[in-house]
Amino acid sequence: MRTFIGIDLGSTTTKAVVIDEAQRVLGRGITNSRSNYDAAAAIAKQEALVNARFQLFREALSVSGALADRLEEFLAQLERDFRLEQYLEQLDDLEATCRRNAEGPRFGTAVAGVLAALEEVFRRLQDEAPSLFVPGANRKSDFFRDIAGAQYLAAGETVAKEAGVRYDMLLNVFDRSIIEVENRVYGESIRPHLTAALERTFRAMPETAARGDAVRSPIQGILDTDLEETYVVGTGYGRARLPFSKEHIRSEILCHGLGAHVMYPSTATVLDIGGQDTKAIQVDANGIVESFQMNDRCAAGCGRYLGYIADEMNMGLHELGPLAMKSTKTIRINSTCTVFAGAELRDRLSLGEKREDIMAGLHRAIVLRAMSILARSGGIKNEFTFTGGVAKNEAAVKALRQLVTENYGELTLNINPDSIYTGALGGATFAWRAVVEEGRQAQARS
Amino acid sequence: MNASSIHPAGQGGALQEIVRRCEALYEDLHFESVKRWKAAAPGRKAIGYMPVYVPCEIIHAAGMLPVGILGGGDQLEVIQGDAYYQSYICRIPRSTLELGLTGRLDCLDGMLFPSICDVIRNLSGMWQMMFKDKYVKYVDVPQNYRDDVGGDFYIHEMQVLREDLGALAGRPITDEALRASIAVYNENRRAVRELYAYRAAKPWQAPTSEVYLVLRAGMVLPPEEHTALVRAYIAAADALERPKRDNARVVVTGSFCEQPPLGLIKSIEMAGCYVVDDDYMLVLRWLLDDVPVTGEPLAELSKAFLHRSASTASKYDDKREDKGKFLLQQVKKSGAEGVIFAAASFCDPALLERPMLLDVLSAHKIPHTNFKYAENTGQMAPIREQTGTFADSIKLWSAA
Amino acid sequence: MSTPIQMMPPAAPKKPPAPVQKEDAMWLQKEMINRNYHELGVAHDQGRKICATFVPGNLNELVMCFDMARSLPETNALQNGMRKKSGKFIMDAERDGHSEDVCTYVKSDLGMLLNGAIGPTGEPLPAPDLLLLSYTGCFTFMKWFELVRQKYGCETVMLHVPYQGDGRVSKAMRDYVLKQITREVIPALERVSGVKFDIDRLRQYMRESVKAEEDLVRVLQSAKNRPSPIDGYFGAVYYIGPMFTAFRGAPEATQFYSVLRQEIDERVRQGKGPITPDGELTEEKYRLVVEGPPNWTSFRDFWKMFYDEGAVVVASTYAKVGGVYDFGFRHDPDHPLESLAEYCLGCYTNLNFPQRVDMICRYIEDYQADGLLINSIKSCNSFSAGQLLILREVEKRTGKPAAFVESDLVDPRYFSAANIKNRLESYLQMIKQKRAAAAVH
Repeated sequence: MRTFIGIDLGSTTTKAVVIDEAQRVLGRGITNSRSNYDAAAAIAKQEALVNARFQLFREALSVSGALADRLEEFLAQLERDFRLEQYLEQLDDLEATCRRNAEGPRFGTAVAGVLAALEEVFRRLQDEAPSLFVPGANRKSDFFRDIAGAQYLAAGETVAKEAGVRYDMLLNVFDRSIIEVENRVYGESIRPHLTAALERTFRAMPETAARGDAVRSPIQGILDTDLEETYVVGTGYGRARLPFSKEHIRSEILCHGLGAHVMYPSTATVLDIGGQDTKAIQVDANGIVESFQMNDRCAAGCGRYLGYIADEMNMGLHELGPLAMKSTKTIRINSTCTVFAGAELRDRLSLGEKREDIMAGLHRAIVLRAMSILARSGGIKNEFTFTGGVAKNEAAVKALRQLVTENYGELTLNINPDSIYTGALGGATFAWRAVVEEGRQAQARS
Repeated sequence: MNASSIHPAGQGGALQEIVRRCEALYEDLHFESVKRWKAAAPGRKAIGYMPVYVPCEIIHAAGMLPVGILGGGDQLEVIQGDAYYQSYICRIPRSTLELGLTGRLDCLDGMLFPSICDVIRNLSGMWQMMFKDKYVKYVDVPQNYRDDVGGDFYIHEMQVLREDLGALAGRPITDEALRASIAVYNENRRAVRELYAYRAAKPWQAPTSEVYLVLRAGMVLPPEEHTALVRAYIAAADALERPKRDNARVVVTGSFCEQPPLGLIKSIEMAGCYVVDDDYMLVLRWLLDDVPVTGEPLAELSKAFLHRSASTASKYDDKREDKGKFLLQQVKKSGAEGVIFAAASFCDPALLERPMLLDVLSAHKIPHTNFKYAENTGQMAPIREQTGTFADSIKLWSAA
Repeated sequence: MSTPIQMMPPAAPKKPPAPVQKEDAMWLQKEMINRNYHELGVAHDQGRKICATFVPGNLNELVMCFDMARSLPETNALQNGMRKKSGKFIMDAERDGHSEDVCTYVKSDLGMLLNGAIGPTGEPLPAPDLLLLSYTGCFTFMKWFELVRQKYGCETVMLHVPYQGDGRVSKAMRDYVLKQITREVIPALERVSGVKFDIDRLRQYMRESVKAEEDLVRVLQSAKNRPSPIDGYFGAVYYIGPMFTAFRGAPEATQFYSVLRQEIDERVRQGKGPITPDGELTEEKYRLVVEGPPNWTSFRDFWKMFYDEGAVVVASTYAKVGGVYDFGFRHDPDHPLESLAEYCLGCYTNLNFPQRVDMICRYIEDYQADGLLINSIKSCNSFSAGQLLILREVEKRTGKPAAFVESDLVDPRYFSAANIKNRLESYLQMIKQKRAAAAVH
């Protein structure tokens, strides 16, 4: 089947969306952008295609009715098993890479000790792997670098102590190796992994195995379906680095505007607050950008600002919003300047202001900056769609809602839980339009 | 500020009353006092003006109320105003636009934009485009100080303003009216000079946090009322003995346009400095002595401007040796021991002037320190620390 | 990954650098500028006095009447910027007490003086004998020469050009400028140079000016053609050079503009596009009007972002900073001093906001542009303060989209190529998309 793919290469994460001929979203994929954009784009796309297959499984299985009300449970188990298979393969690769990197003159006489320690560390990591993918397991992140890194650090420290090997040597090996591993795509492994995962799932849910073929055959049917990458459009901050020809690249402003329009067809104004910048976009009834404004050179009030604040408060980024929601009093924070934020914060704390009240003030300050950029772009019209990482922050949303009402009256505020994929969705829609409406064919890189 | 916390109970009731009134005027970003003044008689009009100087006599002679607009301070949330400015531009034009766009300046029938810098200059044109129903004028002042050159031009500029305001008022502004207004402002300037002299003599009796508020009241009150207020303040302040502290005597300069927040002004005092002179609201003291009330009024105003006016970064110094002369006089006259150069961030005039003034101060062995602020500066701790260290070092020097 | 901006310089193909393409006239103007630096370097040895003055409102014909060499500090700063010398100068000036907030032309100039006053071409740049402070359209000029005077004690004469606050030049304004010229500027020039003023000599220079002005206007207006044979911003920088600096009124400038005009006329006849450093632009995809000065430290990179996308600037306000000639003003040999006053009052940065908006809207219409791009310069509040209103107003009045990028004159720290490229591309794609939509709907 023909698919249309949008890839949004952002500064911290790369997202991909796959849609079908009827412009239905089939799958979404995300990965950390790392230093290798080609790899990030390839992996995000692959993730989206895997996700698309799961969606197709879901559809095929619900048509066959083979799993009845256990369909979602089954698919969740299948996905966990698939992730485990993927993880184990990467772990093997990581081990081999670590061994390679440990050999040679660097560690002198300590080589043997390091190699032995590595063997032990990876043995433990293999053992622990299934527990990471049991239902309800708490993983900090879904990116291999983060999961494996956390496990490795913990196991490495114990093993180093026990074996009398220097811990920093183990860290050194890991740091060198993880970059290599996370830049490999493993494109050929998807099918075997899915097949292996299916067997695991049948073992985990024996009662479904009983219905063997009724389950297996729709899945096999999907596995045998070729997902043709009919047209790919790249966007995002790193788009110039994508291995695409110019025809396959669109600015993130255009993609964002169109993506928001696809999600909410009545969207007139879009606000996106990401890590690096803030964008205000006005779109017409067809999702075409009429005007846009971005934060000026000063990055005050972008998501990054919250990162500084979190560091300053020694808190996790995701804890800021909930803390601010506890506020009972409005404090005016004047500086959205990342340089001064820390100073003002300490000043307020030393005056005895409550952390939650300060946090609420900070969130309001960020949103105030965004309000200015919105005003620059021509104001806010109904409907208003808010996207980007900061749209997930409830305190920012609360402040925005309030300021919008104060300044523009009551209007519809759309926030999509998948708003992080807005740009990629716009890209996918451009890809669809290029083929279906404009009759284009994919072009090789010029 | 809670005035009652400053004064012992039972004493200084009059003082408390005055300060409280000034504070209310300062905090009122809706200009209710201007609205009240206008409502008190039919047909009254008010004309706003920005720092540093405009000839208020002409506005007054038209029967109108001159209203000084010094930005929005630290209590105004700026949303729309920010939409017009990049991050590297100072704050006063943003907050002034915010005041305008939120309708807070609807009570003004016109706005005057003096030649301070390019930002305020450009704001004059923006105002013309954004507030089409208001009278808007860019008030150029001469940078040539010859009567037959800059003087002629300035008289003509004032004449245009006079005719415009006369038309707005519905009756021409007569020479008599101008002379009467000059007399009113002479009196006001005298009172302000008395206040500065009093503070320089007894800074512990007249803290700058109060003096500042009394001066700010002059931005919105009719001059006659303000003159009386200033004198009442001096009398009330003198009636209440306050403790004298071992503070360093400083001149604050560089703050002639965008104003520091009141908290910052207080911080300087709390850090151990007595401010004995400043350049906060130069419009009240721009003309250094009485303008003759006889003769051709505009010519007299022009002469006063050209030959007997204050100096600031927006005004050209004709000769190299003129640079810093005015500041040195301020230091000498007020018996200051040091200078704090406090400039608004991104203030072109102040920051370009700074190295020259600091050079002059160094050449005269006058201690100085400098920092930047914005009208909504939130963090005072670094400023307190810096001025505190400065005050300590002055005391050490003078002890040595 | 925490610093994507630094990690993504535009990917430059590793090809041997092709020779830079320039029109004959561009080479000629470069030669003129270099010769002027040489003249300045040897002026004192040859017993000539030096007059420094600013580009907007410069009284070049008048100064030439006194046999003085002319130094333009803005040109010095921009030349130092293009030759990558300004970054160090700016930092040296900041170390010397200048604020990071203020104009980098000033700091580049003062930094150059701190570093021994070697000019952009490597020849010494002697201290001027007179600072002619043509205070036109830029507040910073006043402080700039005060700063130079403070440090080096040069004699200074002020020429205060009042601002067109009401959008017009009144008789009082004209008289004021004229009186300053006759009663202050000319006596100062006579005193410093020892040469007596001869008004007929001034008339003679002005006759030359008029010819050159005619040709310059013709060249700038050639951009009304499709395709435009010139770039009216990046290319225009070369065209306005002689006129806006030390050459207006000199016969070599007249000759330069005559050669230039012939070249451009020929390009029009052949239906050719503009010459860029990488050769002729063959396909004109976008026609833009640009407001604001260019960035000098990355001038070529910035330009490349335009021509790589087929974007041509058909008109710019910056090309009017040293005089607005395209609406009819010419120096007048019959009223030479009066026309100098008129000239100073009419420079672009001396126009008020409604006038600037009118001019830009008129350009968009007359040059059939697709929209307005504002390059907002941190250093230059005269241009930049309020540009966001210009943007909105122009969009409203013309219905054409506008965009905004930021950079600085000569501070290399304030040029983010990735950032600017991102915005420019987004803008051009938006224009393209709108065009496509207009064709469909």
